[in-house]
Amino acid sequence: MPADPTTVAVAEPGSVPASGPAPLHPAKELWFSFCENKGALAGLVVIVIVSLLAIFADLVSPHPPLQQYRDAFLTPPMWVEGGRAEFLLGTDDVGRDIFSRLIHGARYSLLIGCIVITLSLSSGVLLGLSAGYFRGVVEELIMRLMDVMLSIPSLLLAIVIVAILGPGLLNAVVAVAVTYLPHFTRIMRAAVIGEMTKEYVTASRVAGAGRLRLMFATVLPNCMAPLIVLATLSFSSAILDAAALGFLGLGAQPPTPEWGTMLAKAREFVQSAWWVVTFPGLAVLITVLAFNLAGDGLRDALDPRLKR
Amino acid sequence: MLRFFLTKLAGLIPTFFGVTLLTFAMIRLIPGDPIEILAGERGITPERHAALMKQYGFDRPLLEQYVFYIGGVLEGDLGKSLVTKKPVLGEFLQLFPATIELAFCAIVFALVIGLPVGIFAGVNRGRPADHTVMALSLTGFSMPIFWWGLLLIILFSVNLGWTPVSGRLDFAYFIDPITNFMLIDTLLSDEQGAFLDALHHLVLPAIVLGTIPLAVIARMTRSSMLEVLSEDYIRTARAKGLSPLRVVGLHALRNALIPVVTVIGLQVGTLLAGAILTETIFSWPGIGKWLVDSISRRDYPSVQGGVLLVALVIMTVNLIVDLLYGLINPRIRHAR
Repeated sequence: MPADPTTVAVAEPGSVPASGPAPLHPAKELWFSFCENKGALAGLVVIVIVSLLAIFADLVSPHPPLQQYRDAFLTPPMWVEGGRAEFLLGTDDVGRDIFSRLIHGARYSLLIGCIVITLSLSSGVLLGLSAGYFRGVVEELIMRLMDVMLSIPSLLLAIVIVAILGPGLLNAVVAVAVTYLPHFTRIMRAAVIGEMTKEYVTASRVAGAGRLRLMFATVLPNCMAPLIVLATLSFSSAILDAAALGFLGLGAQPPTPEWGTMLAKAREFVQSAWWVVTFPGLAVLITVLAFNLAGDGLRDALDPRLKR
Repeated sequence: MLRFFLTKLAGLIPTFFGVTLLTFAMIRLIPGDPIEILAGERGITPERHAALMKQYGFDRPLLEQYVFYIGGVLEGDLGKSLVTKKPVLGEFLQLFPATIELAFCAIVFALVIGLPVGIFAGVNRGRPADHTVMALSLTGFSMPIFWWGLLLIILFSVNLGWTPVSGRLDFAYFIDPITNFMLIDTLLSDEQGAFLDALHHLVLPAIVLGTIPLAVIARMTRSSMLEVLSEDYIRTARAKGLSPLRVVGLHALRNALIPVVTVIGLQVGTLLAGAILTETIFSWPGIGKWLVDSISRRDYPSVQGGVLLVALVIMTVNLIVDLLYGLINPRIRHAR
């Protein structure tokens, strides 16, 4: 979300009457409100940096992520005695540059977050919208299923799904997406039920809007605010959970430079090479923290009532 | 109250059947047929295969199989582990105390630090202290705990040598398992120093597991405190001239704690999920490590039974929390 006021301000020219000070465009108002929160802004800056690193990973990283330097096993970071200037954060047990692997790892983490959110958001919207719109048996069936999924801890459910599908990055992503489904479905259903009683929906129905139009064109856009917030906050949990699966050996497989997978073997080095352990986790923490900060800020900006 | 309890209990029945359906389906969704899975890596002759299919009832219609499975579950028969050949329920019950012990200490750690810190932040709203607490708690909330555990091991076990790296008790001690709660067993035994050693082993895992609940509890206590502090009755109490300590500690805290109780109940799921990672890092012999090991050994009956039991534990705890909530807050109990 780059700060570009021109694109947000110039919306539908001519539609605003020229008399009096025009009210702020909602997107612009949201942006100002978001910027008031310094933490959220800091989070956004980090997200932009991490995204840029991920996109230009091949240009930015000093070494290829899989390149093994036979003369540099477990080299410490450059500022530590014995470190070498070409390996900024040191190397791992087979001589791969940790800094380069972390930069490439950003790709996986951000991609995991995007895919998980896309999958669970779209299916959650469909299920929640159906539950809230049709009510009755449909609602009972969907919501009971969600209750079942919620009664198993998300990481355990993800592990079970991976056990069924087999370990791997893609299966781990699907597993995490499934575990987030209940949250999206619940929020969506609650929002839909709240909106269905409002007069504009009745008006639209009376005007002859069909079922699909009512569901997707009338009700759905008005339920987006809580969904956007949940999506941002789930993005961070998705990165965490996928990293945890990688750590357990059930997610991305070596030699993929995924941050959690990089930590899976790091346990052997807690005694000898702290840098192998420290940096991948730090990358996860910073990225997750940035998304949580931005998510909190977005929630406050979208719903001023929640602001404290 | 009884009516409230029964309504809540009845609400669990569909969830119970849903969970059993899920675990029932799980073992049948894994590629390959169940007998091949049960037989494990070693091969099996077609005749033996057919005989086993019949013996386990896999040749019957699915519905019949499910009814059979439910019957077994209700009798406590969750099948046998492929690796140890022991009943899954027995294995679970033997390992569960280790996880309870760990989770209990973790939540105590989270409460002992989280509650005061949350109250402190709420009372000092907007001041630097509040911002610091909020920043730290968000960091804790974002923490990849498997990494956090490794960091603490590097710092406290490797560099400072204060705590052991893994396990529940040093090999130097021999303790007869009576309750399987190490803290209780060591107290009951005559071994000198065994209790302290067990405590030493418990400290780091409990801190690691308690970190996310700590962050959640601190945040929740703070926001709940803020809400209560803006109520009219607090202003009245202040206007009467009560000391700030009395206003916060007595009047505000009571009502502020109600939502916190729910949050603590909801943390049980987080704790059990976190136990999977924490136990793996610290080689803690609880159900989390057992489940991960079972999956890597392709011991599906153990996974199936373990998942079902964990889900049942969580459902039970949620029920208890609902009841407690009804006890603390009559408004919930009487709401229809």
